[in-house]
Amino acid sequence: MKIVVCVKQVPDTEAEKRLLPDTLTVDRESSNPVLNEMDEFAIEEALKLAEAHGGEVTVLTMGPDGADAAVRKALSMGADAGILLTDPALAGSDAVATSYALAQALGTTEYDLVILGSEASDARTSLVPAMLAERLGLPQLTFASKVEIDGTDITVNRLTDYGHDVVKAQLPAVVSVVEKINEPRYPSFKGIMAAKKKPVAQLDTAAAGIDAALVGAGAAATAVVDAAQRPPRTAGVKVSDDGDGGVKLAEFLSAKKFI
Amino acid sequence: MAEILVLVDHADGAVKKVTLELLTKARALGTPSAVFIGAGYDKASEKLAEYGAAKVYVAEDGELDAYVTAPKAELLAKLVADTGAAAVLVPATAEGKEVAARLAIKTGSGVLTDAVDVSADLIAEQSIFGGSTVAHSKVTQGTPIIAMRPNATAPEAVPAAAERVEVSVELTDAAKLAKVVEKVVLPKGDRPELTEASIVVSGGRGVGSGENFAIIEKLADALGAAVGASRAAVDAGWYPHQAQVGQTGKTVSPQLYIAAGISGAIQHRAGMQTSKTIVAINKDEEAPIFELADYGVIGDLFKVVPQVTEEILKRK
Repeated sequence: MKIVVCVKQVPDTEAEKRLLPDTLTVDRESSNPVLNEMDEFAIEEALKLAEAHGGEVTVLTMGPDGADAAVRKALSMGADAGILLTDPALAGSDAVATSYALAQALGTTEYDLVILGSEASDARTSLVPAMLAERLGLPQLTFASKVEIDGTDITVNRLTDYGHDVVKAQLPAVVSVVEKINEPRYPSFKGIMAAKKKPVAQLDTAAAGIDAALVGAGAAATAVVDAAQRPPRTAGVKVSDDGDGGVKLAEFLSAKKFI
Repeated sequence: MAEILVLVDHADGAVKKVTLELLTKARALGTPSAVFIGAGYDKASEKLAEYGAAKVYVAEDGELDAYVTAPKAELLAKLVADTGAAAVLVPATAEGKEVAARLAIKTGSGVLTDAVDVSADLIAEQSIFGGSTVAHSKVTQGTPIIAMRPNATAPEAVPAAAERVEVSVELTDAAKLAKVVEKVVLPKGDRPELTEASIVVSGGRGVGSGENFAIIEKLADALGAAVGASRAAVDAGWYPHQAQVGQTGKTVSPQLYIAAGISGAIQHRAGMQTSKTIVAINKDEEAPIFELADYGVIGDLFKVVPQVTEEILKRK
């Protein structure tokens, strides 16, 4: 079975994020780029499925030149090969364009399964997995908390607000995973060393068959008009519980008319 | 005025509050047309009329609910083409955003997610980076699709005709690839929905166990609140994922948010820091949650939470 995991390099999850005042795009310089945390669960699930059913795992990322850090991390966890889709023309792509570019890049390789994280920690839109399924004409098995494969049958538990749906489809399919699905492994020293020798193919728009006019900031179907940082919240009253902390809190809630 | 399509969020006809919020917003943009997909319209019609749906496109065909999101997007795409709607509003729930995603590709349109407001010229206000930045954005191609966050608008009842228009769509094979074979519904109880609640009481690592969440639930029930949980508590298996507040969980913006035993890592803050009033109970004086709390109690939650619960019940 051939599995492609789409990953994204994002600003450090622990860092405060902001938009650059001139371009109104995400400031990716002021914090360390990291592999999107949710994508680690996607990689882990791919590795587990490949271990259980045989097969290979390829990691695909679209990003600026240095975005291979995300690919290397995935390779050190155990993925077999990487594809870095990078081209200045792709900069500023929105979700619509990103899903198009990924779909085209996927067209350059063979796969039975595409796995993604269910959201990226920077934009948090959760749009790309569904868009990708739509573009590829493949089953959309998103927000999966469990994936089972039997031959070409795939069954997932899709988390919903009320519990979960059990969803069945045929491979090939697009899956996105939530972080309840597994425990991502840590790269071992051996894994990190082995990753250095693994192949990472670099694709530009032409090589991926992407029409450059359909991607990048110029083609975006949405535009940020303006943005401002909200003034940080200020701490209010802080009391120590000397046996009556709950009573004092009730007085606060009462004064604020919550009770 | 042009039609504004509003995707109705409902459970077997019980209309979710977010739908009423979307109808309220849609009135400022054009003529609201609700789109009701699935079973139970008879139960929903009155509410949709009360909150200003001029028309309701009703698609009760069970097939539309039998597959993951794609059928809803196909129906909406047909309605967008047939009505020439000026915009489509959907709830910024996991499913709402996925329907929006597929609709955007089908109609060649831009989509904006997590909007907290939208102006008459269809500029959406978005609360991004966990609420630390406010951005205004617009759709520049196609029919704007805007996913609005629940609890961001006060719903106002302005009755309208809610003229029923039956609609259907011949689903493509591509819409029928991911079949829902079973729906597993967790017992929900009487508490309000997390993203819709005006008060949320959340527990974190400090709660210590699943059983101990009972004290969080008691406080929530005393206040008529929803129960939330930090990722640490959910990862530990103490509370279901549906209750998770923060990045990779729900974003909430209630009138009052009470965090008990939650340190306030950025992961959590991203899901609650736009709450109107924040209360924190934590035994660690240095916990970052206190930096954003309007009222903080430094103390043992096992003493403070039961005491405040008792006090609230006494005062009621």
